[in-house]
Amino acid sequence: MKTFKIGGVHPEAQKLSNEVSVETFPLPKQATVFVTQSLGAPAVPVVAKGDKVKVGQLLAKAEAFICANVHSPFSGTVNKIEPVADFTGYKKSAIVIDVEGDEWDESIDTTEDIVSEIKLNREEIIERMKACGIVGLGGACFPTHVKYMLPPGKSADFILVNAAECEPYITTDYRMMLEQTEACLIGVEALLIASGAKQALIGIENNKPEAIKKLKEAVKTHPKIEIVPLKTKYPQGAEKQLIQALTGRTVPNGKLPIDVGCIVNNIATTHAVYEAVQKNKPLIETYTTITGKKLEKRKNYKIRLGTPLKDVLDTVGIPENTGKIISGGPMMGKAIANTNTFFVKGMSSILFLDASESKRVPESGCIRCGKCIQACPMGLEPYLFRMLAVQHRLEDLEAHGIMNCIECGCCQSGCPAHIPLLDTVKTGKSQTGTMIKSRQAKKS
Amino acid sequence: MSENLLQVSGAPHVHNGESTKRIMWTVVIALLPAFMVSIFYFGLPAIILTAISVGSCVLFEYLIQKFVLKTKPTISDGSAVVTGILLAFNVPSNLSWWLVILGAFVAIGIAKMAFGGLGNNLFNPALVARVFLLISFPVQMTTWPEAKPIWNFGFADVVTGPTPLGILKEGVKNGGTVSQLMGSESMPDYLQMLVGQMGGSFGEVSAIAILIGAIFLLCRKVITWHIPVSFLLTAFVFAGILWLVDPTQYATPWFHLLSGGMMLGACFMATDMVTSPMSARGMLIFGFGCGVLTIIIRLFGAYPEGVSFSILIMNALVPLINKAFKPTPYSKQ
Repeated sequence: MKTFKIGGVHPEAQKLSNEVSVETFPLPKQATVFVTQSLGAPAVPVVAKGDKVKVGQLLAKAEAFICANVHSPFSGTVNKIEPVADFTGYKKSAIVIDVEGDEWDESIDTTEDIVSEIKLNREEIIERMKACGIVGLGGACFPTHVKYMLPPGKSADFILVNAAECEPYITTDYRMMLEQTEACLIGVEALLIASGAKQALIGIENNKPEAIKKLKEAVKTHPKIEIVPLKTKYPQGAEKQLIQALTGRTVPNGKLPIDVGCIVNNIATTHAVYEAVQKNKPLIETYTTITGKKLEKRKNYKIRLGTPLKDVLDTVGIPENTGKIISGGPMMGKAIANTNTFFVKGMSSILFLDASESKRVPESGCIRCGKCIQACPMGLEPYLFRMLAVQHRLEDLEAHGIMNCIECGCCQSGCPAHIPLLDTVKTGKSQTGTMIKSRQAKKS
Repeated sequence: MSENLLQVSGAPHVHNGESTKRIMWTVVIALLPAFMVSIFYFGLPAIILTAISVGSCVLFEYLIQKFVLKTKPTISDGSAVVTGILLAFNVPSNLSWWLVILGAFVAIGIAKMAFGGLGNNLFNPALVARVFLLISFPVQMTTWPEAKPIWNFGFADVVTGPTPLGILKEGVKNGGTVSQLMGSESMPDYLQMLVGQMGGSFGEVSAIAILIGAIFLLCRKVITWHIPVSFLLTAFVFAGILWLVDPTQYATPWFHLLSGGMMLGACFMATDMVTSPMSARGMLIFGFGCGVLTIIIRLFGAYPEGVSFSILIMNALVPLINKAFKPTPYSKQ
């Protein structure tokens, strides 16, 4: 069975909410929609205080190259536009809406019918993805349409769909595959048209046999799409690892997937693409797993963006002795510092960790066991990075390839000395990146 | 709300539970089969020496951390226990107790703590101590009690005899051929060597018990196969070539695998995490060097046994190996 070549770890899967069907979370009374919901520049608000808005109406327009449109997930009145703290505690510009109902923009097909026939051509699909504010829902929130604006001379051989869901706990992709099978596949078809690629490969880890079975059955009517079971291993869903697992190709340092003829999208993104292309529906919802070992009401929710996190926390009830709440998975997710915030694109999971799991074990000395090297899927030397980063030796860090670190956390998750390797590696990487940029600026 | 503050830290938020302590105690468990065999063949002295060695290693570590370095003692991590057991396994079972304590001081005080403690030592502490004792007290360190099953113990005075490697070295020097020497009365057969009925340092005699421990370590992912396999394979191939060239002068390759400290060295000494290379390729090179040097010292050196020396020499090369043999990066896959 296929997988990536080196490194990787096997964290406990903890897919506790596997069997929970997706539920729609009720509309809030007031919502706050951040204008930054993607990687890149903030979008610029196009509404003002007092404006009436409908569901799906443009709220903030992407003006920079790497940026995504933001649409209203609610119908109601714009209350104010002001900086609001996101879950990390930093204030970001946001549009506060008083929710007054659920009136959708007329251009959107709100029926449940599956629309199979794709009428848009390549350019129109890319334009539609851009207009609908589609971003990568695997976690990075990179604006999807940008990936399909191929650089001159480049072409795509494959669309690769990440359905590995290699992060522990998260189950929304799994539910998506079971519940929205056909929609996802039509989304993949749209991406095939948008890219000009001949074939799409959907990679699913073999710990999800139900999803593999269902999709294999469904692709019988989609000859260009192939389902590829993958050997379960984290971080299979990381772009470079997935490309290697599915195609055997290796992305050279500093290059993009398109340089080896691949475009990678998450399975949740393909569903959003389907809704955008076939239903003209902008990205106004997030599929979010609400989970935790001690949580009784585990959920897979479809939540409108801008819904207060507090509403969800109140509905499921924060388990007693919760020490940490994480947005995303336990391997790469971010700890929530401010619960008084609102759902954004790509928030794939809210995970409650018990107090006993939340505090780090004090670190002891490195015993040079090499487990971090064995675990690293990029073939790097995390122990060395830490040493060099602490000593602020940025040139050496660069020479040893710190910029190739994908920050997957494999090294730290298995360090017997409990050394916070990734903390220092991230710091060193960001400082090295700054150094490289300033050197390039001097040259030009 | 203030009593309910959430923890905030960087990813990853989960850990696989591995710890230095768990690794060290796993090694201790892996050494138990060899310990049982040594009790079986060498009796009470094996237990007493191991106890003295472990006790004094732990005590020296505690005293040095508490009173010299003035840091919080970390003896519960088990690393001093491992050093203590390995040191004991590397001496004859009739060694004076005070020599063991001296060895423990050299291992912990000089080879380990003087370099900065666990993780910072360049050389394997137990091997430094063994070589120190061997060079300083050659007679006591090479007087080997005969291995005999426990039910024969106590009926007669302890009889001492040479090790298989010693018989060979001495015999070939005096003009004997290997086949004559292999047939001599004091030479154990291969089966005896496999289970451990032969003279030698009391923890190293049983190849089979050591292999069981090593397989356990492999299963628990404490060690990887690279060092033991490359060490043993290199020694086997190198010794085999020489044996094919001149079987009257050189013993069979399997004799070399089963004799002396080869198994203990390859499975427990050379695999010491702190003093071995970090990358898989580095480990292979390290094992290769250990294998070649061991056979060279055994066959052409002054000492009958070369495992300790070869590992220590390769220990010294580890920083260079780490620099020269990096893991293969993703982009070169």
